[in-house]
Amino acid sequence: MGFAGRFQLYLPRIVLSPTVLAAVIFIYGFILWTAWISLTNSGLLPRYELAGFLQYVKLFQSDRWWVASRNLAIFGSLFIFFCVIFGLILAILLDQRIRIEGALRTIYLYPMALSFIVTGTAWRWMLNPGLGLERLVREMGLTTFTFDWLVNSRMSIYTIVIAGVWQSTGFVMALFLAGLRGIDDSIIRAAQVDGASLPKVYWRIIIPTMRPVFFSAIIILSHIAIKSFDLVMVLTRGGPGYSSDLPATFMYTFAFTRNRLGFGAASAMIMFMAVMAIIVPYLYSELRVKRNG
Amino acid sequence: MAERSLVKAPRTPGVIAGRLFIYALLGIAALYFLLPFFVMVITSFKTMEDIRTGTLISWPREISLEAWKEAWSSACIGVNCQGIRGYFINSVKMVIPAVFISTAFGAVNGYVFSKWRFKGSEVIFSMLLIGCFIPFQVILLPMARTLGALGIAQSINGLIMVHVIYGLAFTTLFFRNFYVSIPDDLVRAARIDGAGFFRIFWRIILPVSAPIIVVTIIWQMTQIWNDFLFGVVFSGGDSQPVTVALNNLVNTSTGVKKYNVDMAAAIIAASPTLVVYILAGKYFLRGLTAGSVKG
Repeated sequence: MGFAGRFQLYLPRIVLSPTVLAAVIFIYGFILWTAWISLTNSGLLPRYELAGFLQYVKLFQSDRWWVASRNLAIFGSLFIFFCVIFGLILAILLDQRIRIEGALRTIYLYPMALSFIVTGTAWRWMLNPGLGLERLVREMGLTTFTFDWLVNSRMSIYTIVIAGVWQSTGFVMALFLAGLRGIDDSIIRAAQVDGASLPKVYWRIIIPTMRPVFFSAIIILSHIAIKSFDLVMVLTRGGPGYSSDLPATFMYTFAFTRNRLGFGAASAMIMFMAVMAIIVPYLYSELRVKRNG
Repeated sequence: MAERSLVKAPRTPGVIAGRLFIYALLGIAALYFLLPFFVMVITSFKTMEDIRTGTLISWPREISLEAWKEAWSSACIGVNCQGIRGYFINSVKMVIPAVFISTAFGAVNGYVFSKWRFKGSEVIFSMLLIGCFIPFQVILLPMARTLGALGIAQSINGLIMVHVIYGLAFTTLFFRNFYVSIPDDLVRAARIDGAGFFRIFWRIILPVSAPIIVVTIIWQMTQIWNDFLFGVVFSGGDSQPVTVALNNLVNTSTGVKKYNVDMAAAIIAASPTLVVYILAGKYFLRGLTAGSVKG
């Protein structure tokens, strides 16, 4: 084989090499770099002498970290629950030979085109206690109505849930709708001929066959939840106090505004491990299914 | 997508009532999704006086464009009182090259991963796929130091580089999954005829790639335009993208809170992705589902 032939043979690898190099450095290398920082006593500037798991110990002793983690559990479970329930209901309703399905789908899904910062700005205005929804309901006659979650440290995390669900429900609806359209009609028709009512057909036959869609939706939503940052920053800035902090805002605060690099890096590593614990099995099962099928 | 064709039910009053109920629920849901945007739009056309005396959903007493003018060219973001115009332009300058470069690399990478597989290419692909999912917090600190070392910290060029790098996994995935569906025989025949790697790409693959190029461009554009995390960490002062400027505007605590200006600025910041969504919603949806259902 001549030089030209060998060049042709290796060309695909050569073409791929910048991307592979970028992935090795900027994904894997940087993860190791962050892991290293998390094992040092770095403050304002990174130091590279290892200090063991000091930062992790501090992290787990930090009340603020537990508040952020608990908030993630609250936000994540409510966000996933409501997105899946509302998304499924909307998809089933839209699947009933609706005349204006296209227009409705467009309306349900448009929040996905918006930045979380825009969504947060809108909800911040509507939820503000002085002039927002609280005022609207009071003007309608309920003069003692209070809705101050945005400034109430016990309730602030729930405002993130409200805005997050509004933004992501349409997307889950689209996933379920695609799943519904993929189901073989003959099974449903047979059940109907046997006298099963429509709700029963959905409950007994259609929903169980959509288990993979539920699985995908829950994985994607938990991934969105763990990474949630923008919405908190614009709606509450993690406040009042740090009552609505999430791990992502926690990491940002300590690494970039308080200059505690080691501490911030340790929180980033915990986030990374949490995401990998969810994603790696998911990817593995997805790829395996594709190979067998 | 075929419409579901269930057994036709006879049109009894019960069935008609059921249909009306379904339409009512769908209508309520539509209102719920539209209401925040409706509130944003009417608020942006109100005066502050009108906001203080009216309610969230009351119609503006007079249509005022003041808030829009102020948001665009004179609102104070930090100490800079020139509106969000400059930041909007920053976002444009950032999005165009970042989308173009990441899409071009994604196309060629996807072509290799689908039509020129070699030993180990599937492993490399899986490794790359992880890049779609990592929480970016885990790369922020090293990237900040690297951009500093390269002399492009706090610059639009730095942001472009970051968006290209972390967009590659997605663009590669999109193109690879699309090209897998092109018959291998087409490529094999061309190879027997003596066509090389790039010739096949230009002559056979690229001409049929229009749909996936549109999907990828829309996906990348939406992601990069709407990004906040990279913007807030890696840009500063004059190089901030519009999402960061909007957040700073909304969170400015000095002076009276001008909700009408906030809303006008938010609509301006949302407009490019919203327009793309309205014009090309079909492709937008395809990107969303392609980015989620892997394989």
